[in-house]
Amino acid sequence: MGSTCFHTSAAPSSCLLSSTKRSYGLHDLKVGELGQLKVPISRTRKVSKVLAFYGLRSPPYKLDALEPHMSNRTLEMHWGELHRGYVEGLNKQLERNDILYGYTMDELIKATYNNGNPFPEFNNAAQVWNHNFFWDSMHPRGGNMPTLGLLDQIEKDFGSFTNFKEKFVDASLSLFGSGWVWLVLRKREKRLEVVKTCNAINPIVWDDIPIINLDMWEHAYYFDYKNDRAAYVKNFLDHLVSWDVATARIIRAEAFVNLGEPKIPIA
Amino acid sequence: MALRTLLSRRTLAAAVRPQLGSTLGLRSLVTFSLPDLPYDYGALEPVISGEIMELHHQKHHQAYITNYNKALEQLELAMSKGDASSIVKLQGALKFNGGGHVNHSIFWKNLAPVREGGGEPPKGSLGWAIDTDFGSLETLISRMSTEGAALQGSGWVWLGVDKDLKKLVVETTVNQDPLVTKGANLVPLIGIDVWEHAYYLQYKNVRPDYLKNIWKVISWKYASDLYEKECPVH
Repeated sequence: MGSTCFHTSAAPSSCLLSSTKRSYGLHDLKVGELGQLKVPISRTRKVSKVLAFYGLRSPPYKLDALEPHMSNRTLEMHWGELHRGYVEGLNKQLERNDILYGYTMDELIKATYNNGNPFPEFNNAAQVWNHNFFWDSMHPRGGNMPTLGLLDQIEKDFGSFTNFKEKFVDASLSLFGSGWVWLVLRKREKRLEVVKTCNAINPIVWDDIPIINLDMWEHAYYFDYKNDRAAYVKNFLDHLVSWDVATARIIRAEAFVNLGEPKIPIA
Repeated sequence: MALRTLLSRRTLAAAVRPQLGSTLGLRSLVTFSLPDLPYDYGALEPVISGEIMELHHQKHHQAYITNYNKALEQLELAMSKGDASSIVKLQGALKFNGGGHVNHSIFWKNLAPVREGGGEPPKGSLGWAIDTDFGSLETLISRMSTEGAALQGSGWVWLGVDKDLKKLVVETTVNQDPLVTKGANLVPLIGIDVWEHAYYLQYKNVRPDYLKNIWKVISWKYASDLYEKECPVH
């Protein structure tokens, strides 16, 4: 997933720990997806454990920028503690299991999903991915409507933008327990759909391409809305969702999914 | 509470239209209402804050009851029309909301303020059974807390008794699934809600702290009485 970064404060806060005495120069390191640094194992000279870490990436705005729809307190807890906890948990798990080294985040999620019988690393990996996607899907001056191609596609697949919003709200409110709601581009059906998943599950495990997501775990809204989920979803759609990022994502998705008739020139 | 059920829409309708009563049998839909807590919202402080108790009882539990009643009405309608696919479609909502009502009703009985016996270890046959099946009360508590903390997402952790095998079991269920979904012979004795709404405002995301502390207000009286009923000592 190319989460094209729209933020200016790119702080890839990943750290590199190694129990060898050799220090790695920058040319040794590969920058993987989402800005984390990975160390190729083949570069180790000494026989000692190399620890590669995923990093916690900051949202593309300050933690209080989404007030009053999502409070500073929520972001401090949700990003600062929960999201960070998932990253640290994942790093701890990867320490113990070097079969999973060398994967990109997307590959790691699909591998640990194991076709529906997830390994313990899946929850942490998927939640790290989901939350990165979530912060990017929002913007302090979000809401309003998508434009141009994305709006056309939504109108084609849902009938109207209002209809899409209704479906999105319905899915959010009818989700039992913890989970996420997604606007996703289905690869095989070649259409946009609203999908709800439970716990940490992510549409990339089915090879679909997510466009936006919404965290429906209670921790995402409880401080600000208590149990008034309807108000939370409405505020997300009206004031927070970033259609610019969604547009960028669907443009990239068109490299993988043919959404219209290809214009083949006639010789 | 009884008055409210008496005056529910369905019973009035049955009274007003007797010819419908004759086709459906003189049955009116039994709906559910929110049971009162046997203690004040603030009585479980500082283990569970009054704010959480009030929200949990008046908003969450009430919502499960309201939606359960709605689903039951839709079910009755679908059954009277013989609409098989609608009946099946409603099962999800029935299990979720009905389970929520059943589970929370047990939960309120499992809790008691310290001055009313909350936290006191079980005596009698349940105490013996715990020592037999788990070794000690501490082992049981530690096992339930560990399983509750490990549960991903939302769910419950249970101490139940298999009424056929007469054995105690520790189980977890997801979302609002009642304990019977893990075994038809299982009777729930103690249930602990590990949904985030049960602890988030106070313990933030540190579910293990919530699970460590809640034992101070768990009342073993309800569990003991129920255990003695299911497994009487001859």
